[in-house]
Amino acid sequence: MPTYTFILNGAQVSVDCAGEVRLLWVLRDLLGVHGPKYGCGLDVCKACTCHINGKAFSPCSVPVSDVQPTDQITTIEGLPATVGQPLHPMQQAWLKYDVAQCGYCQPGQIMAAVALVKQVRAEGRQLTDADIDSLRNVCRCGTYPRIREAIVEAAATM
Amino acid sequence: MPDVEVGDERTGTNGISRRRFLGYLIAAPTLVAAADLQGAPPASASVATVQPVDVYDLTDLLTDAANLTASLITVTINPDGTASFALPRAEVGQGITTAVAMVLADELELPIEKVDIALSDARPELAFNQLTGGSNSMHALYDQLRVAAATARGQLARTAAKQLETPLRTLRLKDGVVSAPDGRSLSYGSLTRAAAAPRTRAVLAQLKPAAQQRLVGTPQPRIDAMQIVTGTKRFAMDLDVPGALPTMVCRPPTINGTALAVLNEAQVRAMDGVTDVAIIPHTQLVPGGVAVRAATFGQCIDAIRALQVQWAPGAAAGKADADVLQDLIDAELAMTPTVGRTLDERFTFSFRPGDPLETNCAVADVRPGTAEIWSALKSPISFQETVAQMLGLPLSGVQAHVTQGGGSFGRHLFADAAFEAAAISKAMGRPVKLMWHRTDNFRQGRVHPMCTSRVRIAYLGNTVLAFDQRHTSVATDFTHGLGEILSATLGNLPEGDFLGYSQSIFTLTANVPYNFGLVTQLLNEVYHPPGSVFNTSSVRNIYSPEVTVAKELMVDQVAKAMGRDPYRFRRSFVRDSRMLAVLDTAARAASWGKAMAPLTAQGIGLHHEYKGYAACVAEIDCTPQTVNRVVENGYTGPRVTKVTYAVDVGLPINPLGLEAQMIGGIMDGIAQALTYGLHLREGYFLEGSWDNAYYTRQWNCPPNAPPAEGIQVIIMPPNQSEPGGAGEFGVAASMAAVASAYARATGTVPTSFPINHHQRLGFTALPTVPPIPQSPTDGLQEAF
Repeated sequence: MPTYTFILNGAQVSVDCAGEVRLLWVLRDLLGVHGPKYGCGLDVCKACTCHINGKAFSPCSVPVSDVQPTDQITTIEGLPATVGQPLHPMQQAWLKYDVAQCGYCQPGQIMAAVALVKQVRAEGRQLTDADIDSLRNVCRCGTYPRIREAIVEAAATM
Repeated sequence: MPDVEVGDERTGTNGISRRRFLGYLIAAPTLVAAADLQGAPPASASVATVQPVDVYDLTDLLTDAANLTASLITVTINPDGTASFALPRAEVGQGITTAVAMVLADELELPIEKVDIALSDARPELAFNQLTGGSNSMHALYDQLRVAAATARGQLARTAAKQLETPLRTLRLKDGVVSAPDGRSLSYGSLTRAAAAPRTRAVLAQLKPAAQQRLVGTPQPRIDAMQIVTGTKRFAMDLDVPGALPTMVCRPPTINGTALAVLNEAQVRAMDGVTDVAIIPHTQLVPGGVAVRAATFGQCIDAIRALQVQWAPGAAAGKADADVLQDLIDAELAMTPTVGRTLDERFTFSFRPGDPLETNCAVADVRPGTAEIWSALKSPISFQETVAQMLGLPLSGVQAHVTQGGGSFGRHLFADAAFEAAAISKAMGRPVKLMWHRTDNFRQGRVHPMCTSRVRIAYLGNTVLAFDQRHTSVATDFTHGLGEILSATLGNLPEGDFLGYSQSIFTLTANVPYNFGLVTQLLNEVYHPPGSVFNTSSVRNIYSPEVTVAKELMVDQVAKAMGRDPYRFRRSFVRDSRMLAVLDTAARAASWGKAMAPLTAQGIGLHHEYKGYAACVAEIDCTPQTVNRVVENGYTGPRVTKVTYAVDVGLPINPLGLEAQMIGGIMDGIAQALTYGLHLREGYFLEGSWDNAYYTRQWNCPPNAPPAEGIQVIIMPPNQSEPGGAGEFGVAASMAAVASAYARATGTVPTSFPINHHQRLGFTALPTVPPIPQSPTDGLQEAF
């Protein structure tokens, strides 16, 4: 059984498993990290969204063998540490607008929103409605309007 | 007879009479209190009219049933000064735990942070008081919670009065501390053992007057918000049950097929990570197929895709939308004879997914003599009783734990995954963590039934003479909880009278909020018993969205026939002042009648249910540049650009949570009107992913950054002494308003929903064998 190693929320971790096992199952089933949720396993619903080297991606659609030992994987559990605060500004905005209902999709929503705001900023632009429209994360409770408000708020404070 | 003593007289009355209830002090080491609501007055009507819901509706029925065991639901004051309450309802995102914490904290005079709300395991002795449905929880629990808390508060005050040797009426209770005028004080934690009842006895409880409530009616954030945003909220699949390995099921290629044989079991057993393979026969309770248990869910997916299974088809084999539609039309009940001019239209509503984002899932550990099961159960008592029977265990041998649910929308009234997990655990002899694949949830899960709703309005001059609605539906499944309550409370329904269950629900919810002369609304169903052909459940708001869309579109039509504006027409025909108030409020806030560009329009929808009134105005943009927007693998179409929703729930408990529920309902309404449905072909649903079944996505949501106006929810001031329902109350009026806006923008009244149902499919249907797709491998290329 091969061993795969990467940096998870700031700490080097190793797992023994077949290389084609998708990273989501490595995180959830083998490492016990439960923030990223399963919603489809098809890279469609984005409930499992995490960051790899600061960029949003769906671990349900990445074989663990594609992850390099130097890759930084950040789940919702590790998001606050990326800004050295108890909570990331996006999480604070989520609290301010009481965005969540059931909460199942929200870790993925927050991770995607952080990456979107950073991407827009890197392009030297202001966040627009069209940018928010590009987020594919499904929220079956329908919290989309509050998500929009929270992202706009966090974009101003991040 | 228990002793009766006078309760807390702490606050001055100022001549205001206050409601008194009977509470119980329960024999326990610390203070434990409960309510007695068996003598609570039954609901009564204030408006005489011809419709049954005006006299007694589903909310009344569920509350009366629940109140029978109010005395078994207890609030405990702990030595650390906190209060504990095991809530006999499910939390699935609707915010019931937050609302309950608010009510208890308010009545107890405790900070909300000191009230701990857990979800109660199944408690069969609670009978009808542990079902989460019909948006009834707060209506049923409001008195139960307050009386129990007031009983505890009164006992704390009396105990403090004795210990401080101070007259009861001079004491002040605040933030968990009882204070005497001289400054001495005692905390609840220090009082609870002395306040404990050596034997159970009844006491009179005095509720706080509404004017002294400090939390009820104020916006409060969810009590689990921090857990959610930090990823620490635990759902069923996040539980760490020893030995419970990931388990999935290879499901049949058509609805409700059953596995006959596995042709390559040894090969699959030898696959990486796989520990067990078992055939699980399809039964009324267990969807079934071939179960696979492995080290990871990914390896379950690999194994399922490798399995070669021989299947027997289910009763839906070969059926398509058109077949079901013909059966519905054939079963439509006759209209009443009429006079005058008539408008007559039949509306068709496709099957629609009923699933939350968390797929069906449960953890089960079935051993000889015992079983322990964890799942988001909205009807846990029925589940525990039925699963005990299924497993051949005594009821006392089964523990059913209610986990936090990742959404429900009615779905978790049924415990399909929990039954299935129990069957698999028994078959394998090991604990299992069962999770459905998303594609299975769409294709084999429960759906909102396909239905037609025909409306005929007879009118003469400016008068509506008669309104007939004939709703014909694939059978909605009300067994496993709701059905039993109906049988027990309505008396005349024999157990298992499936059409009787449906007709009762329909009669207790359907209504026409207008003075339209002779009104008849009748239901008929096809494919009985429910589950025999299609798997259905009471999806959020049950019949009402479709009933309301058909009704409101025809109201627009009769207004048009009379040459009247849709808003002004409704104004002159609504038959309740509370409905008139929400209608006027929504119309004013939305600037009803303002000038709109071509292919854009406003539409209006009204809805009365759950002891409340709702009016919605939606604006839609059907211009080509909007309709033809391109989102890769997504559906765009017309965009709702603004929604104004005025809602009167009588007594709003948590306006912030209520607004959230309305927003969610509006997102459902938009989806259900425009995009969200299932296509039935050859006995299976074509949709297998969120990119096939078009629930609202951000690109369909009204933009709310300036200058767009987004969503405005207006909560009417409290005007009743009890809360109505919230969880399902945003759907019907918004779906109707969107449909109405579409009709007015395009000049074509839609008669088939969702409106895009007959457009060319925007996706290639996934194969049915193997039943689930493999996960992609190119996720890193999509990173942003």
